[in-house]
Amino acid sequence: MKNKRVKKNRGLTKSGPLLLIAFPGILYLFINNYIPMFGVFLAFKDYNFMKGIFGSDWCGFQNFKYLFRQDAFVIIRNTILYNLVFIVIGTILAILVAVLMCELGTKSRVKFFQSSLLLPNLLSWVVIGFIGFAFLNADTGFINNTLIEFFGGEKIAWYTTPKYWPAILTLVYLWKNLGYMSIIYMASIAGIDKSIYEAAQIDGAAKLKQISHITIPMLKPTVIVLMLLAVGRIFYSDFGLFYQVPMNSGALYDVTQTIDTYVYHGIMELNDVGMSAAAGLYQSIVGFILVVSVNALVRKFDGENALF
Amino acid sequence: MTDTRRFSLAATILLAILSVVALLPIILIVIASITDEHALISNGYSYTPAKIGFDAYYYMIKQGAIIVRAYGVTATVTFLGTLVSVVITSMLAYPMSRKNFKYRNILSFFVFFTMLFNGGIVASYMMWSNIFHIKNTLWALMIPNYLVNAFNVFLVKNYYSNNVPDALIESAKIDGASELRIFGKIIIPLSVPTIATISLFTALIYWNDWVNGLYYITESEYFGIQNLLIKIMNNVQFLKSGTANVLGTGNIDLPGTAVRMAMAVVGILPIVVIYPFIQKHFIKGVVIGAVKG
Repeated sequence: MKNKRVKKNRGLTKSGPLLLIAFPGILYLFINNYIPMFGVFLAFKDYNFMKGIFGSDWCGFQNFKYLFRQDAFVIIRNTILYNLVFIVIGTILAILVAVLMCELGTKSRVKFFQSSLLLPNLLSWVVIGFIGFAFLNADTGFINNTLIEFFGGEKIAWYTTPKYWPAILTLVYLWKNLGYMSIIYMASIAGIDKSIYEAAQIDGAAKLKQISHITIPMLKPTVIVLMLLAVGRIFYSDFGLFYQVPMNSGALYDVTQTIDTYVYHGIMELNDVGMSAAAGLYQSIVGFILVVSVNALVRKFDGENALF
Repeated sequence: MTDTRRFSLAATILLAILSVVALLPIILIVIASITDEHALISNGYSYTPAKIGFDAYYYMIKQGAIIVRAYGVTATVTFLGTLVSVVITSMLAYPMSRKNFKYRNILSFFVFFTMLFNGGIVASYMMWSNIFHIKNTLWALMIPNYLVNAFNVFLVKNYYSNNVPDALIESAKIDGASELRIFGKIIIPLSVPTIATISLFTALIYWNDWVNGLYYITESEYFGIQNLLIKIMNNVQFLKSGTANVLGTGNIDLPGTAVRMAMAVVGILPIVVIYPFIQKHFIKGVVIGAVKG
């Protein structure tokens, strides 16, 4: 009797209890992620605190017009350029570290190296901001007081001199993320068939040759997939890196402001909700298009690693 | 020396240098925090302090209430947030893993779409602060953004799909167990490893989060440790304000230069202490995440 009924429903189970189990999660995602999607209309409003979200006047594309007349170039340039630099340098260094680690095999030092490189990844951006302050602060910073004192030269007001910041931000990014990125490549190298190396050794290939002719080519799929996924997120930046590390210093905005920090300033400091919303919507839409098209590429290249 | 030996020596040296470079910045703030305030003012933060001094820590113990409170806020939020997050996430992932669940694909898409598109921070901020009035409550640190992460949902879902045999669920059903009972008595005990992984990542996110505090907290009584740090960076005198009058210690000199670093050390202390224990699981988690990322 029971079997018959199951057959009638083509093997489907009763949905009610399962939906009930999923309900808290569905509700949360609906509130936290879906309701704000409808809030994109704020980008088309001349937001006025007194009139409220719904009462404020519509203004068409005015917010976008202002955005593109004034700030768009700088924030989009910064967001994209930093991401490109991070992707390229980060990938190269992460592969280098992974290759070196794998050369050492399972020696106990590998564990120490891995832990040390990974530790910065567990620190919050606030603490990293403090560490930056210990190095860069003009009066008591390590660089001005010890390094420049020792090697000679003028003390530098780091937090008000924009030209150094592209390099500083790249260094800090690498310091925090290198260990994490290299783990991914290590896992990928560990998956390479050992017999290929043995064969190469018998043929007399030196270590460097083995790396350049076996390891690197075998890593190519992983590299391409990870790079494409990173390109899909090229319109997003790490808010902490660009907000905490430069200590939100106004003098540096030209080289530190990204779309994410711009949106924050708009809401919390300038009360320019409309322009913030416009920048955020622009980021969401371009981000969406990028992710979808990059995924199409990944799927074409290596179906297994496609996001969807 | 053989080729392999030479290569492994070079690798060791290079990695040793990188490891030292990774650790040195953290060591600087630790040394700075135990440097005498006067030495700091004349020589700056340095690896070779002219004089050791624990003034910063004495001061922090005396003014402890404000720090203990922030610690308490962060610990509470981390514990509750992680607990709720893990429960909701696994409950959402379970039906998605059931092959005979009718709405399986719709539900998966519903979760997945949140990875592709978002309404932006402005709308989200407006909603949480104007509709839910979440500003200056503990909820503000716990609920927005972090409770359910689509990525974690898929991680757990894949784990269920690969590790929980359908036959097990079927036989439990024949024995008359309800779905909720199956989930609680069979699925949860089977998924301890993946629950441990997402707990670890979620707890780290909550402990290190300062963004929710930056947006939603303006009253100092709800500051977690990260937001207290931000406040102190902007104005080190803030440490003086909270408790001085109550405790009658208002006249102690504030060793501001050292205290900043001592606060940062206090902020990372729990992470550094548990790091050796979680390290292995953390690495495993990164690998799992990356394989199906």
